[in-house]
Amino acid sequence: MMDLKDKLLSSFLAFENTVDLDHPVHEVRSEAIKNFEIKGFPSKKEEAWKYTSLNNLQKVDFSIFPKRESALEYKDVKKYFIHDIDTYKIVFVDGVYSSYLSETTHDGVDVCLMSSAFSKPMFRQVIDVYFNKVASKDESLTTLNTAFSKEGAYIYIPKNKMPKKPIQILHLATGNEAALMLQPRNLIVAEENAEVQIIERHQSLTENEVFTNSVTEIFAAKDAHVDYYKVQNDADTASLVDNTYISQKNNSVVKVHTFSFGGKLTRNNLNFYQNGERIDSTLKGVTILGEKQHVDHHTLVHHAQPNCESHQDYKGIFGEKSTGVFNGKIIVDKIAQKTNAFQQNNNILLSDKASINTKPQLEIFADDVKCSHGCTIGQLDDDALFYLRSRGIPKKEATALMMYAFANNVLESVRIPELKARINKIIANKLGVRVGFEL
Amino acid sequence: MAYTEEELKKELETKEYEYGFYTDIESDTFPKGLNEDIVIAISKKKEEPEWMTEWRLEAFKVWKEMEEPEWANVTYEKPNFQEISYYSAPNKKPKYDSLDEVDPELLDTFKKLGIPLEEQKKLAGVAVDVVMDSVSVATTFKKTLAEKGIIFCSISEAIQEHPELVKKYIGTVVPQKDNFYAALNSAVFSDGSFCYIPKGVRCPMELSTYFRINQAGTGQFERTLVIADEGSYVSYLEGCTAPSRDENQLHAAVVELIALDNAEIKYSTVQNWFPGDKEGKGGVFNFVTKRGICEKNAKISWTQVETGSAVTWKYPSCVLKGDNSIGEFYSIAVTNNFQQADTGTKMIHLGKNTKSTIISKGISAGQSQNSYRGLVQVNSRAENARNFSQCDSLLMGNRCGAHTFPYIEAKNKTAQIEHEATTSKIGEDQIFYCNQRGIDTEKAIALIVNGFSKEVLNKLPMEFAVEAQKLLEISLEGSVG
Repeated sequence: MMDLKDKLLSSFLAFENTVDLDHPVHEVRSEAIKNFEIKGFPSKKEEAWKYTSLNNLQKVDFSIFPKRESALEYKDVKKYFIHDIDTYKIVFVDGVYSSYLSETTHDGVDVCLMSSAFSKPMFRQVIDVYFNKVASKDESLTTLNTAFSKEGAYIYIPKNKMPKKPIQILHLATGNEAALMLQPRNLIVAEENAEVQIIERHQSLTENEVFTNSVTEIFAAKDAHVDYYKVQNDADTASLVDNTYISQKNNSVVKVHTFSFGGKLTRNNLNFYQNGERIDSTLKGVTILGEKQHVDHHTLVHHAQPNCESHQDYKGIFGEKSTGVFNGKIIVDKIAQKTNAFQQNNNILLSDKASINTKPQLEIFADDVKCSHGCTIGQLDDDALFYLRSRGIPKKEATALMMYAFANNVLESVRIPELKARINKIIANKLGVRVGFEL
Repeated sequence: MAYTEEELKKELETKEYEYGFYTDIESDTFPKGLNEDIVIAISKKKEEPEWMTEWRLEAFKVWKEMEEPEWANVTYEKPNFQEISYYSAPNKKPKYDSLDEVDPELLDTFKKLGIPLEEQKKLAGVAVDVVMDSVSVATTFKKTLAEKGIIFCSISEAIQEHPELVKKYIGTVVPQKDNFYAALNSAVFSDGSFCYIPKGVRCPMELSTYFRINQAGTGQFERTLVIADEGSYVSYLEGCTAPSRDENQLHAAVVELIALDNAEIKYSTVQNWFPGDKEGKGGVFNFVTKRGICEKNAKISWTQVETGSAVTWKYPSCVLKGDNSIGEFYSIAVTNNFQQADTGTKMIHLGKNTKSTIISKGISAGQSQNSYRGLVQVNSRAENARNFSQCDSLLMGNRCGAHTFPYIEAKNKTAQIEHEATTSKIGEDQIFYCNQRGIDTEKAIALIVNGFSKEVLNKLPMEFAVEAQKLLEISLEGSVG
């Protein structure tokens, strides 16, 4: 069997037959594949990948292009949508756009596909200005995605606009292939004073192996407001590397919530670049894992201008043989005076086989700043548990109640009530209890 | 006149290294370069037994295969290991019984360093094993200690006289192949201190060694081995100053602490090596491996005040092997001008109910870079491990940097780990508050810096706290108050 890197490199030639070679984007792709050829997959020797190994994934014989198209009935996949509210939907089945399941729009805002954005002249300007402008041109998995960038969600919100309803991006894998690799590429642009809410989910429907290497670029112009929710509750055979790059301008607010409840291996590379003043960036996450699941949160907040803020809050509960990684990096440049950067990472270990590695990192070059990070690893408070039990709440429920409370700080700022309810339900399922109320 | 931060900064930059001087003592120095012959020659020179020579050669073999580490957050011109002379001993090397016999020039040096040997005997009750370049020259209080069964001597002497102890413990905490500089040190260490506290003995005085680098182009490779037998207690002090030099000097020391059951070791360091001038020229490279191992109920406490060196790379660590053992790390690192410090600690929890505390204070001024790098590791069998870490950084001016790289790895569900870090500057409101109450800015800054580092300064033994404060003053706050 060919190793995955070689397979990808040779597949690139086949891939070139499916795209427009004269489009300037193709130059970007060619550059990117060259970088990937040199770099290859990251190894554990690299500091950023010290606690997450991709070795096992590289041994799997992934199909790079799905061979058959597969149709899904809405009723079979309904449960993976936030279906109790009206939303725009961009749905991909095995990496291919499903118009049947989707609901897109060009009414004032553009909620559509990267493939059309690449091919239609009306989107050309946006692509020229934004595509691959904030994504790393150096990080190997990101460049791998760039090289194969062809399909994904394209969301463009013009000045002073706001879509009528939230947008859901759903990636489904049907298991048509024994093992499938997906590389979605999303571009989200919120122009001045625009606002948008996006929910993203990756879901594998069978036990067949799936490896998703996703890249999302988000641009928030002056006064723009972007809410991005990532729901990660995938099958135990699904692995996800999610690279998200966010560029913010003056006064913009971007919030990214990451809910990690499943999947074999999940790696979130979340990068915020603050290119303006008075910016607010929020990064929050709840991670609840069991079995042999592995989640690695890698965050970067780069404060490059004065008077900005960032807030990070990641909570993790790790049971059974699961492993969690948190690596949060805050960089404050010399000129970024009056920066307030906060980072919090709290973890609970439920089992002796579970482990957590955390590295909250600060790199500060400006003197007039307030930066802090706090990190804890501990257990549920025995006294509090006793208090609840003495009032007739069974141990299991009491434990769950306390875990709810633990995660609640993060859930608090979710602005879509239906999503919050859904997350609560997932948490309840995960903990195996019903507490009888919703937070 | 009110004193502004600007002025303070200016004064700090122009502050000359007060302890920069050079004593001319004829030295017996080896040719530059490093090969097996040099290693053997060092060993021969020290009249070492064969096992020691073998041990050194083993280390040298490992070192040749190793590469200099690059992960630290420092940039410097790598030393050329073939350009260094690996052995230099003061020529006049008789064993003194009283201070009168000591070379007056040496005594002078001590005076400048602020080591009142004569006075210390009477007043402080500190036994001083002075390491001048690489060979111990004066050892005092040996007799008093000998009565208690305490062995406190140079490591070469220990190799001669207590080979069974040295053989048993050397390299058990920091193995030869531990890292690049530890391997280098193992191969070529010239001298250092050795200390053994017998069972149940509480060492009646603070043991102390002053290190100095004193020969152009001489690398200093100290080896310290402290063994506290069951139920014993020792407080060990180490202080360093070095003369001004243009050429970068390399210092790669290894310190091994062994605390057996119920023993306690307190190891305090005040380090004030030449940091280079205000253009960043010269200065000492300090690449040190310090590690202690705690058996049951034992405790090791590291306290350090770092004000010197052009480049520092130093992580005093504790391996908490025994149940109920305790590790502590208290550190103040001050960097100024072009200094770079990458320092911190490792707490490895192996035993049950082990506890560790880390308090690290970093102060950066000028164009310096100050990094905290720490590891807290709780292994799967370390039930009820507890750690508290706090790293605070204070920035003075916007040309310096503060960095934090804490690694936390927990593999046991009963572990309780807390880590906090903050970075800030001296707040205008804080200064204003003081001004308002009639305290001028100069005093206010001094007050705040003092308060910032108090937690660590308080941990130093009395005899040392005075000197530590003096060094802090020289490197930073002397000008303010």
